Parts: sequence; structure tokens; C-alpha cells
Amino acid sequence: MREQNSFAKGVRDGLPICFGYLSVAFAFGIFALSHGLTVVESVLMSMTNVTSAGQLAAVPIIATGGTLIELAVSQLVINLRYALMSVSLSQKLGPSVRLIDRFLISFVNTDEVFAVASSQNGAVGRKYMYGLILMPFLGWSAGTLIGAAAGEFLPEIVISALGIAIYGMFIAIVLPKAKGHRPTAACVGIAIVLSCVFTYVPVLKEIPRGFTVILCAVVAAAVMAILAPVGEEEDHA
Amino acid sequence: MHSFFLYLAVMAGVTYLVRMLPLVLLRRKLKNRFLLSFLYYIPYAVLTVMTIPAIFYAVGSWYAAAAGFVVAVLLSLRERSLVVVAACSCLAVFAVELLQKL
Repeated sequence: MREQNSFAKGVRDGLPICFGYLSVAFAFGIFALSHGLTVVESVLMSMTNVTSAGQLAAVPIIATGGTLIELAVSQLVINLRYALMSVSLSQKLGPSVRLIDRFLISFVNTDEVFAVASSQNGAVGRKYMYGLILMPFLGWSAGTLIGAAAGEFLPEIVISALGIAIYGMFIAIVLPKAKGHRPTAACVGIAIVLSCVFTYVPVLKEIPRGFTVILCAVVAAAVMAILAPVGEEEDHA
Repeated sequence: MHSFFLYLAVMAGVTYLVRMLPLVLLRRKLKNRFLLSFLYYIPYAVLTVMTIPAIFYAVGSWYAAAAGFVVAVLLSLRERSLVVVAACSCLAVFAVELLQKL
């Protein structure tokens, strides 16, 4: 299996993620500032966590003086999906990736970085991975800075429209694959149904979202792994 | 109420451990076909669950969001790049929200 290990290719592949993050981090900066965090605190949080959902959940807890346990549990539950992604990514890394690289790469193993790394044919090398995580990290940090510092001056309507950017990216990752591979489309269908059930059905919708995201995704992926195991010949993952 | 840096250390620590441990501890190639298939499907499942139905609440109104959603779906099926899909989706939302204001 050939290893993709070009730093330049990594940077190129990371650019769209960077642009996607700019707008989301921008919105996060505004959100954090409106909850009483300073510009420096907002940027530090983005640089040390690099996770949109986790940070969005953490800000209100910190702003209201919540307990450290509550904060830790919220981060564990919301970010547990990264553990799944890291397990998957561990299978994707080529022989050039050393132990020290694994410690560094895992720091920025976000949904999008993971999705792009997974979509490469064959293994990915250390140079490619460093290139891939560089721009998203900078975009996430810079976007937070810009949002926290200047966000208040942008008209509400522009900020609102930017809120859909990250979801557009998710759709652009999932649909082309689902279009060409029926079992993937079925997996997406199951995931949609489960996600809606846990969002709208009484009682079930009371379960914290961070937990149901994992539950729905695990069930959808497990069902399809049983019904349509991916063979060697179509193993793009 | 704790200092901000204590909060920051706790959340950054938990988030990093969740990401780092599997990547560092699991260094052999898996052979189990179910597990490999599961890991193939999981990113698509996670991204789908995070997008639906959250996307319809991501902007000012659900119909503006729906416009952005439809644009994103159509362009994705034509296999346009991530940036193009995201940007056009934002423009669609912006256009609908602008029309609402008129």
C-alpha cells in the first residue's frame, strides 16, 4: 500500500477545512465574548481544545461557575466520538509515523481532519498529516481571534448565514461517497432516522446530545458493518 | 467558581486524552472484518448525525436553513469541493434572510 506523505498535499487538503473553521471559530469567538470570556481566554480555549461542540458546551459552564466535574464529563461525552476517530485513524497511519508524531497529530484530530485523512487512498504519512493539521489549527485559532475581537461590529444577518458553513462541508464529505456506494447511503439513512428520533421523541430527547450523537452513529455503523461488511476490494477507508 | 485556567486545563486535558490514547495505544493493524467495516462507516455516520437535524437550527430561520441545505445537497451530488459547497450554502441562506427583511 502506497503511503501519501507530501507536506504540500497535506496543506492543500487542509485549506478548505481552514476556511470552514474560520467562520465557525468566528461564531465561537462572538459566542464566548457574549458569555463574558475575554478575547485572550477565547483564543486560548480554541488553541488548546480545537473542538467546536466541546467548546460551545464548555463556555456556559465556565460562565456560570459550574463544577470541574460537570465540565470534565461534558467534554468526555461530547468528544468521545474522537476516540472512535482516533481508533480509525490509527489504522490509516503509514510506517513513517513515529510514536512522537502520534502524540502531536492526535491533538488536532478533528472531525474534518479525520474525514479528509480517511478519504485518502492508502496509508497517510507523518509529513502529510502535519501539513493537513497545520491550516485547520491556524484557521480555528485565527477565526476565534477575529470573531472575539471584531465580531460585534458585523451585522447579525452575515453572522447568521455563516452558521451553516460547517454543515455544508459535512454534506460535501458524506454525499459523494453515499452516491457511489449504496451501503454508505443506507448507513446515512439509518443515522438520519436515529438522530431525528433522539431529537424529537419525548423522553429520548432529554438525553444529553453529546451522548446520543455517539449512540446513533455507533448503531448506524454497526448495523451496516454486519449487513454489508466492507471487503478488501472496496476498502477505501 | 474556579479560575479560568483551571477550567481550561481540565477541558483541554480531557479532550486531548480522548483523542490521544487510542492513537498512541493502538499501533497494530486490525484484522477483524466487522471492526474494519465499522470503522469505515463511522465517520459518515457521525457527520450525518451531527448535521441532521442540527443544520435546520443553525441559522436565523428554518426556511433559510432549508435553502442552504438544498443548495449543499445539490452541489455535493455534483461532487463540488468542500469550500464551494459551504460558500454557496452560506450565500443561499444570506439571500433568503435578506429577502425576509424586505
